Amino acid sequence: MAMKAKHQRLILVLAALAALIAAALLAASALKDEAAYFYTPSDAKTKGVEPGKAIRLGGMVVKGSLHRLPDGVTIRFDVTDNKAIVPAKFTGIAPDLFREGSGVVAEGAFDPSGTFVATNLLAKHDERYMPRELEGMTYDEKSHELRKAK
Amino acid sequence: MTRTLIWLPLLLFLAFFGLFASGLLKPDDHLINSRLVGQPLPAFSLPAAASDRPALDSTEFATGKPRLLNIFASWCVPCAAEAPQLLALKQAGVEIDAIAIRDARPDVDRFLTRYGNPYTRIGLDARSTVQMALGSSGVPETFVVDGRGKILHQHIGDIRADDVPDILKIVKDAR
Amino acid sequence: MIAEAGLVALWLAAALAFLQLALAWFGLVGGKDELLEAMRPVAVTQGVLTGLSFLLLITLFVQSDMSVALVATNSHSMKPWLYKVAGTWGNHEGSMLLWVTVMGVAGGAVALFERALRRDTHMATLGAQAAISLGFYAFLLFASNPFARLETPPPDGQGLNPLLQDPGLAFHPPTLYVGYVGLSVAFSFAVGALLTRRVDAAFAKAMRPWVLAAWIMLTLGITAGSYWAYYELGWGGWWFWDPVENASLMPWLAATALLHSATVLATRDALRAWTIMLAVVAFSMSMVGTFLVRSGILTSVHAFAVDPQRGTFILGLLALYIGGALALFALRIGTVREGQQFELVSRETTLVINNLLLTVILGLVLIGTLYPLMTEAFGHKVSVGPPYFDRIVGPITLVLVMFMAAGPLTRWRKDRAKAVGTRMLVPAIVLVVAFVALGALAWGRMGILPFLGLTVAAAVAVGSVAPLWKRNLRRTPLFNWGMVIAHLGCAVSLAGMASDSAFTVEKLVAAKPGDTISTAGWTLHFDRIVPVAGDNWTALQGDMTVSRGNGAAVAIHPQSRFFTNPPTTTTEAALLTRWDGQLYVVLGQEAEQGRWQMRIWWKPFVTLIWLGGIMIALGGALALLGRERRGWVMKIRKRRAMA
Repeated sequence: MAMKAKHQRLILVLAALAALIAAALLAASALKDEAAYFYTPSDAKTKGVEPGKAIRLGGMVVKGSLHRLPDGVTIRFDVTDNKAIVPAKFTGIAPDLFREGSGVVAEGAFDPSGTFVATNLLAKHDERYMPRELEGMTYDEKSHELRKAK
Repeated sequence: MTRTLIWLPLLLFLAFFGLFASGLLKPDDHLINSRLVGQPLPAFSLPAAASDRPALDSTEFATGKPRLLNIFASWCVPCAAEAPQLLALKQAGVEIDAIAIRDARPDVDRFLTRYGNPYTRIGLDARSTVQMALGSSGVPETFVVDGRGKILHQHIGDIRADDVPDILKIVKDAR
Repeated sequence: MIAEAGLVALWLAAALAFLQLALAWFGLVGGKDELLEAMRPVAVTQGVLTGLSFLLLITLFVQSDMSVALVATNSHSMKPWLYKVAGTWGNHEGSMLLWVTVMGVAGGAVALFERALRRDTHMATLGAQAAISLGFYAFLLFASNPFARLETPPPDGQGLNPLLQDPGLAFHPPTLYVGYVGLSVAFSFAVGALLTRRVDAAFAKAMRPWVLAAWIMLTLGITAGSYWAYYELGWGGWWFWDPVENASLMPWLAATALLHSATVLATRDALRAWTIMLAVVAFSMSMVGTFLVRSGILTSVHAFAVDPQRGTFILGLLALYIGGALALFALRIGTVREGQQFELVSRETTLVINNLLLTVILGLVLIGTLYPLMTEAFGHKVSVGPPYFDRIVGPITLVLVMFMAAGPLTRWRKDRAKAVGTRMLVPAIVLVVAFVALGALAWGRMGILPFLGLTVAAAVAVGSVAPLWKRNLRRTPLFNWGMVIAHLGCAVSLAGMASDSAFTVEKLVAAKPGDTISTAGWTLHFDRIVPVAGDNWTALQGDMTVSRGNGAAVAIHPQSRFFTNPPTTTTEAALLTRWDGQLYVVLGQEAEQGRWQMRIWWKPFVTLIWLGGIMIALGGALALLGRERRGWVMKIRKRRAMA
């Protein structure tokens, strides 16, 4: 089974190349399914997101919408970008900086009823922090709301 | 075949390099301004916090001249760190009033003797009620208030040396 | 004065690096090998100077000299002693000084201890090391001077990020950095060999211990970092596929591949070009990782000082060194003669497969990490997280680990397929038995990946020890022991990972003081919430007692901590380690009616993950010791024979 001397190097190079191409194809197919796209509530409403697909939802927590369910560990709240409102639910320990009127990026998926079930709420340890995904929005001083910049 | 393939790593790297460079050119995350900016200062009246400075009333901020309102505490270390910058602002002609949070008069006196006293008036907010009303979440914080009692700017955290020119500019523009 | 002395030491070191580069140039161009003797003291002095300047910076931190800007912004006089020292590298400037120090000391060590390498390649290697160092000296001196003074020193400093105020900081970054930057030696060796066109077995033998040493530290650093994130972030996870973590994993993957291909080159003089390529890639990954972490172009959950301008500088260094090395590779490798051939059934082939799989994993991690950056260039914002990495890295890792067991059971050069099959019989039987037994016990109660992970871990554990079968254990060379222990460590770690994802029980409750909670055989009694205070923080602490079965009750105290300087809240999980797993309790926020949120995990055998990591590093250390000792023994024998 000895390989021909002249060809061995070429075979190794081709094997490496094949491995890299295989990696790229694998990555491409997995990324198509698993990369979580960023949606604002109006994006989600207009484009439609199929239930169960992992996405990131970003916006503001609507004032007065945050309440805790009787189990003590589940919260419900509405996320808005001032054009659309999406109801959301999170079970777990919310970050300290998560509060009404502040920006939030929630990781999770929609359930069939249209509620966004968050598995993770992202908040940086700085209340002035604004997630990069919300870039292009400005904070309205009077109404304390996020607006898309004109 | 092999001859051409050996250039592949370099080409791949150049592609990544382009990607990194484009990533660097992208704008950064930005900061949200305080909600109270542009709003009038909430009304309050506080007793004097130091033996040699008068008490503080919110009406003092509507006397026609822009002033700084510094929120500090004698027990707060960054407040001591920002003392030189406040003194510099004072020397540049900026009037500074202060609210001492959850503090006691002897402690405030000691703090001012040790780190200098740039303040005109100091009010004592023993239970952080005014601090809450101002929407301030920690010490130190500094508000720039125009001559009519409206908040122009909120600086969260200690004022560092490079912040001084910015604050001076906001005060100058308000005149 | 101390700060000025540190700065002077750095400038002198930079000047010596320049001299070192010049000497290498003249030595190589003029063919004067004797210049190597002049380079040795230059490189050693440079190492001593960088080490000295780093020690001086530590001194400034310990003394809390607030007139130094770096100390004032990152330290605090009230901080415990350990964190003052650790604060030295808990910031950008200090960590870059650590980088340069490791680079300088490693260069000095290569000058002092390397005796096996050809003199011209040795010169070229030291020249390359000096060239890389120069870029980082420039970065340190012009863009991130750690010794800069403040005009008006503040009375006290601003403190260190509370997440970093942890014993983990004292250990994790230095080990990781030694590994990361230690790979620069492999890079310089590769550049040196390309310059002198001497890529052969002797070269690989000389390079291997340096790669091994860096790889050991990298392994330890990653293991420590994973455990640190596990208990400090309070999320119950030990790996998040965060860009910062990937940045440390990618050099490790490349270094692991390099280690194995260097063995092929050293033993059989094959895989010449490939080994050189990996040596370049390994340190390139270190630099790319540093760039990703420091420039802030990717968002991360871990705390890091980020500055895009410095990112530009590092990107420039990346282009210069990686681009330069790859161009040199493309120009020169065609003139390197091809190495030895090998048969299809041989250890060489298994190691080639090992290398290909490691490279594929490296590529997948790299693509996944950079994908958000790629899509953002086209206006889409995405995040790539654990679902992607678990799905594709998981299965390939399983295949890789299986080949890992097969490699040592296959002979060098030429083997018979039947003989290999016979040697692998026992591990194969274990594989089948584990598959059937686990399937019968727990089919459908765990995911497919953890299921396969446990099965493969059992078989590979047996397969890893198999090379010792029928051997005289006393006379087995130390590096064989090292290999066996490192491979066994991989199986142990894999078992821990699979067990954690298969058997972890999680419970999320809102409980009042006085309540009792039962989960996974544990009974937790929530006694009360008490306020407590530490050196520079206050906390709400949950006093709880836990017991299992009829066992004794143990008190645990999870906390929610508030730091004032700078104001931050952190979660201090309570961990209770038992031989068969860990109980992990996190105290959350206050809910209505005096209840508190609590998260309780029972993680069976999760500790195996880090135990495996330590075993891998230990195996590496034994192999290093074994090879070096053999070198000494041979030298002594030679001397005796001559006398």
